[in-house]
Amino acid sequence: MATTSTPVTHHGGQHAPHASYLEDPQYRGLMSWLTTVDHKRIGLMYLWSVLTAFLLGGLFALALRLELLTPKEDFMTAETYNKVFTLHGAVMVFLFIIPAIPAALGNFVLPLMLGAKDVAFPRLNLASYYVYMTGAIMALTAILTGGIDTGWTFYTPYSTTTGGAVTLMTFSVFVLGFSSIFTGINFVATVHKLRAPGMGWFDLPLFVWGTYATAIIQVLATPVLAITLLLLAFERMFQIGIFDAKLGGDPVLFQHFFWFYSHPAVYIMILPGMAIISEIIPPFSKKHIFGYRAIAFSSVAIALISFIVWGHHMFTSGQSQLAAVIFSFLTFLVAIPSGIKVFNWVATMYRGSISLDTPMLYAISFLLLFTIGGLTGIFLGALSVDIHLHDTYFIVAHFHYVMMGGTVIAFLAGVHYWWPKMFGRMYNETWARIGCILVFFGFNITFLNQFAMGAKGMPRRYYSYLDQFQGNHIGSTVGSWVLALGLFIAAGVLLASLRKKYDAPDNPWGARTMEWETQSPPITHNFPNNPVMQHGPYDFDAPAVRRES
Amino acid sequence: MSSHTLPAPGDTHGHDAHGHHDPNLQHHFVEMAQQFDTAKLGMWLFLATEILMFGGLFVGFGLQQAKFPEAFKAAHHHLDRNMGALNTVVLLISSFTMVLAVWAAQTGRRKVLITNLILTLACAGTFLVVKYFEYSHKIHDGLLPGKFFHYAQGQPNEYIFFSFYFMMTGLHGSHVVLGMGAITWLLIRAIKGDFGPGYYTPVDLVGLFWHLVDLIWIYLFPLLYLIG
Repeated sequence: MATTSTPVTHHGGQHAPHASYLEDPQYRGLMSWLTTVDHKRIGLMYLWSVLTAFLLGGLFALALRLELLTPKEDFMTAETYNKVFTLHGAVMVFLFIIPAIPAALGNFVLPLMLGAKDVAFPRLNLASYYVYMTGAIMALTAILTGGIDTGWTFYTPYSTTTGGAVTLMTFSVFVLGFSSIFTGINFVATVHKLRAPGMGWFDLPLFVWGTYATAIIQVLATPVLAITLLLLAFERMFQIGIFDAKLGGDPVLFQHFFWFYSHPAVYIMILPGMAIISEIIPPFSKKHIFGYRAIAFSSVAIALISFIVWGHHMFTSGQSQLAAVIFSFLTFLVAIPSGIKVFNWVATMYRGSISLDTPMLYAISFLLLFTIGGLTGIFLGALSVDIHLHDTYFIVAHFHYVMMGGTVIAFLAGVHYWWPKMFGRMYNETWARIGCILVFFGFNITFLNQFAMGAKGMPRRYYSYLDQFQGNHIGSTVGSWVLALGLFIAAGVLLASLRKKYDAPDNPWGARTMEWETQSPPITHNFPNNPVMQHGPYDFDAPAVRRES
Repeated sequence: MSSHTLPAPGDTHGHDAHGHHDPNLQHHFVEMAQQFDTAKLGMWLFLATEILMFGGLFVGFGLQQAKFPEAFKAAHHHLDRNMGALNTVVLLISSFTMVLAVWAAQTGRRKVLITNLILTLACAGTFLVVKYFEYSHKIHDGLLPGKFFHYAQGQPNEYIFFSFYFMMTGLHGSHVVLGMGAITWLLIRAIKGDFGPGYYTPVDLVGLFWHLVDLIWIYLFPLLYLIG
């Protein structure tokens, strides 16, 4: 790895007939994948892994919705139901959403966008993948052997006293945290040190800014989760009395620690989603992004503010009135940078030459859904309203609008946007759009119903309910089927494209960022020459210039 | 953050002439100086995560100490200040020898480098031996926390102090062991003659890590041993 050097080629405007990273004769066979330090291959391995997790988590969700079709117990007991929703939450949060955009798409795209040959620490990158797999296997073992019924938050004292494999599960999240830290360190160092000559901080694509802000949170917040879960595991094994009130410990301390990580973690989940949207809207509107610096700085602002709002998860935990009011105020503050982004995206589209290809359709879905998710978040940030809505389906709907309507839709947008670059093939545009539209409507049917019943008082985390809520529950379950259909169509369309020959042009969307300058799929060393920055990432009015040194 | 007073490796002997053929230069870097700066930045980020991880324990300790000040004061009398002070001195000396090792690597003094790495290892070993005597004494007294705790006298919540004591010093001790592993690796490479003015990145990075391990102890010592 350390000794190979890029061959120097002189092919003018033509593409050198280099083999792509997918079929480089130097790297063939399964072992070449398992031991690769190529960020593109690691990105793909992550992609398939997180998609598997997404499928699993989705199947659990469908099972939950099916059980909720009727008010009575159908095919799950209360205990099974608790385990399945924990499975759904833990798999989706820890195995899918957190690594999905940074580790899968970010790994692939970030170095290309910077004109770099790889991330700063390629071996650490590979290590992060194996650490992730180890954590994932531990998590699944914990779930299959003992079952986890604590929810994904592991609140004490329940988590220190319940049976099941909670200890193994907390260790698995501890291990997964390290994979997240490795990726974060790698990205920060890459952005600082491996930008192409001539690329200043304000020439960076906004995806890089968003991923950078995410990486900062990963590096600063995850260690706190690590120590918290370590203490929790020791509490369970040896009753050390740090969180268990019976032994003189402080269960609320656990909540503070947990949310000090997990609220920023919410932004680990959403910031990369926003980053993708900032990247997709300009090329499909053929306009320079509106308010570049505002978007860039708002990513950093969100990262910083996210560290001081954790207390809004604990309004009902008995914290002081003063603390609650301060946390409530700070929570409103986060809405400002988020709002700045939404307005800038809309302003970018204004009077643009908009083409509604699949990535753009997903991006527009994101705008609608994320705005609903964000606005309902303000309801919940308001102290008095939150007391009423706490632990109802309103919360469930809110965070699904942000997490699924925001991050997952953005992830799908990104997958459709970079698919031609990653695999060198175009997918069937018509069917991909049909998939997107079904996802959009299915999602809204599922979760608008949950807003309605949450406001009426339907509590979350119950396997049975009062008859009066059945109408909304049926609507929500039918919506989940439409949503699933849309996702399966999207998956089928993408997978079907892999059976074709390479047919993707280098730059199918006419974008201006650097990853589209190299061939599709890229060569092993990304660029035949060392690229040099010659125009901004969103300069749609400047003439096309080849970047070569 | 990563300011360095000495010239970065590679600067000294123009990378055009030699840099591209330096076997230590990884393919995705243009020159050794860039690789060195990147590695150092990565190490600083890693140290930040370490500080935050220990930070959780420090915050928890502070809160519980505020809740049970009497119990904590009573509990800390079980600790042996002399042994703690001895370990502080030992670690400070090891930091000094580590600095000398980095300097020796930068200036190409192979024997000085090897000697100082061995001295650092010896200090780390001494630290662990002292810690072993402290631990065995507490375990003998029944102060191992959690379900092993069977020290009957004293204040009711004293064992919480020992929960933190063992978590904090245990986590710190495991870092000492990891650091010893890293220094041993450096030693093997130093004997092979891998380091010199052109390439000393690993020595520099392990040095940074070792100083952090030392620094955490500098905070642990007064926090645990001197609160009375």
